[in-house]
Amino acid sequence: MSFHPLMMYDERFHKSDRKVADEGPPFTFTPERRAQLDDIVSKYPSDQKRSAVLAALYLVQEQQGYLTANGMRHVAGILDMTPAEVEDVATYYVMFYKEPVGKCVLQVCRTLSCALLGAERVTEALSEKLGLKVGETDKSGMFTLMEFECLGACDRAPIVMVNNAQWHEKVKPEDVGKLIDDIKARGDKAYSGCHLVVEN
Amino acid sequence: MDPILTKYAREPNSFTLDFYTKHEGYEALRKALGMQPNALIDLVKASGLRGRGGAGFPTGLKWQFVLKDTPLPKYICCNADESEPGTFKDHLLMERNPHLLFEGCLIGCWAIGAKVAYIYIRGEFYHVQKVMEAELAKAYAQGLVGKNIMGTGFDCDIVIHRGAGAYEAGEETALIESLEGKRAQPRIKPPFPAVSGLYNCPTAVNNVETLCNLPAIITNGAEWFASLGPDKNGGPKLFCVSGHVKKPGVFETGMRTTLRELIYDYAGGPFDGRKIKAVIPGGSSVPILLDDQLDIPASFDDVAKAGSMLGSAGIIVMDDTTCMVWAAKNLLHFYKHESCGKCTPCREGGDWLYKILTRLENGEGEIRDIDLLVSVGNNIAGKTLCAFGDAAATPALTTVKHFRAEFEAHVREGRCTVPAAWRAAKAPVGAH
Repeated sequence: MSFHPLMMYDERFHKSDRKVADEGPPFTFTPERRAQLDDIVSKYPSDQKRSAVLAALYLVQEQQGYLTANGMRHVAGILDMTPAEVEDVATYYVMFYKEPVGKCVLQVCRTLSCALLGAERVTEALSEKLGLKVGETDKSGMFTLMEFECLGACDRAPIVMVNNAQWHEKVKPEDVGKLIDDIKARGDKAYSGCHLVVEN
Repeated sequence: MDPILTKYAREPNSFTLDFYTKHEGYEALRKALGMQPNALIDLVKASGLRGRGGAGFPTGLKWQFVLKDTPLPKYICCNADESEPGTFKDHLLMERNPHLLFEGCLIGCWAIGAKVAYIYIRGEFYHVQKVMEAELAKAYAQGLVGKNIMGTGFDCDIVIHRGAGAYEAGEETALIESLEGKRAQPRIKPPFPAVSGLYNCPTAVNNVETLCNLPAIITNGAEWFASLGPDKNGGPKLFCVSGHVKKPGVFETGMRTTLRELIYDYAGGPFDGRKIKAVIPGGSSVPILLDDQLDIPASFDDVAKAGSMLGSAGIIVMDDTTCMVWAAKNLLHFYKHESCGKCTPCREGGDWLYKILTRLENGEGEIRDIDLLVSVGNNIAGKTLCAFGDAAATPALTTVKHFRAEFEAHVREGRCTVPAAWRAAKAPVGAH
């Protein structure tokens, strides 16, 4: 439907690959997460609640794995924003998942310093081992393979980050298989590559 | 030069409050709180401290511009969104010595009259943030942050704000937008943040390393600080060396040290049997330097004279196994992915540069593509609200400038002429 006879907006003229957010089940924060969010909101001026929107979206993601329309509406209600404003923010930042992902999201840094030391081959090896292309999740819902832009640890290149938080440093393409098997066998306990954990 | 900021960085538990207070931690803050804010700003101006985030703007001057006579609250925003490819110095500082940053933030707040400092840390540094939050809680408990700091009646809070993966949030006005709960997109300047920044209040946005330098200036004085480097480039500086070197890492030294010394003496030089082909001296956004341009002091002014920028001091070394078309393509993938989309030249142009470079790298390009690359690049640089546009065009423009023959060879041979073993056989399918 168009408002002007010369400007037609049907599918022949205008195509967008924008996906409408997944509706998802009804969403409310668990009482603990709600308390956590209220604590974060209190750190900002009382008329600037929306400063906490990134933190709120992280909490939604923590609770149900990815962001749904219902989750974003819930956040909008708490922070006095419109759902469109929340979606505007959510779709901008790469660390928010807009569709379901695996339990273990492998994020390989692909930018120059890592790439110079073989990040492309790390991605290749992961892709082969898991039988996944970049951006895909395996059928069992265990692994998602992603590429990430510079993680800021170029001296320990190449880096593979897991679930937005756990880092594996100086990853070699030939060691990738072992890492995956280790994660399959031991779950969370396999994440220990961060030098801060190692050095202290 | 003996390290100052990273003096204890390699010692176990150096990040704890106990360790920090045992090594004269928070003493500079005590001294600063005994000074008049104006005197403090004058001291920082006299030291010649320049912003360590990339632009090298004098910090004292930045603070002086912050509006004084206003009923509005003032803010310090610490830029810990370290995302410039090749840069990892703030990561080390925050991870190994978070109290140095807290102390710097408090000193900054006292100088400009702010009651809150927001530390905007990038979302990927979650393991660092966890450590910082635990340490910040300890500092609150000891009365070093919060109400009535050290019994002087000065109230100041520090809030750690987690970003969510946006390179553009490192631009100061985009950082402010992101802190306000919006997309990280830059604002039109003026007004500058010093007049109207966070929540439309006067704001100073400072890099982590900049704030970490403040305690040392207050303890040892402005002359001492200035004497550590060449004229107008004083103080200790953290350099990050990565890429094709034997011992990549963060190295602290004065800005009299040359780029060659940093690469060879500090970072161990290139791998055996390989030669340096190109060096990016200040994070991926700055023009490349060739091997014969490395004998210059690594200072803001000297690197600028050589036609590049010290930027964030992220030195990326590429040796003779590197295909420069591939390197430019890799960086353009970064810039097209991270463009915030506000200004058309950058949003559209970055994508086009990437497409042209991919074509050339795959051997499907034509000779006129090389001039097209330069034309598109020149139409991005200088035509956007923030410096991102220049940064995005730079990798394409400088590689063509120095390595045009390599681009032509790709067209002639119909394939990449320098395929290295450390690269994947073909680019992964489905890459976003």
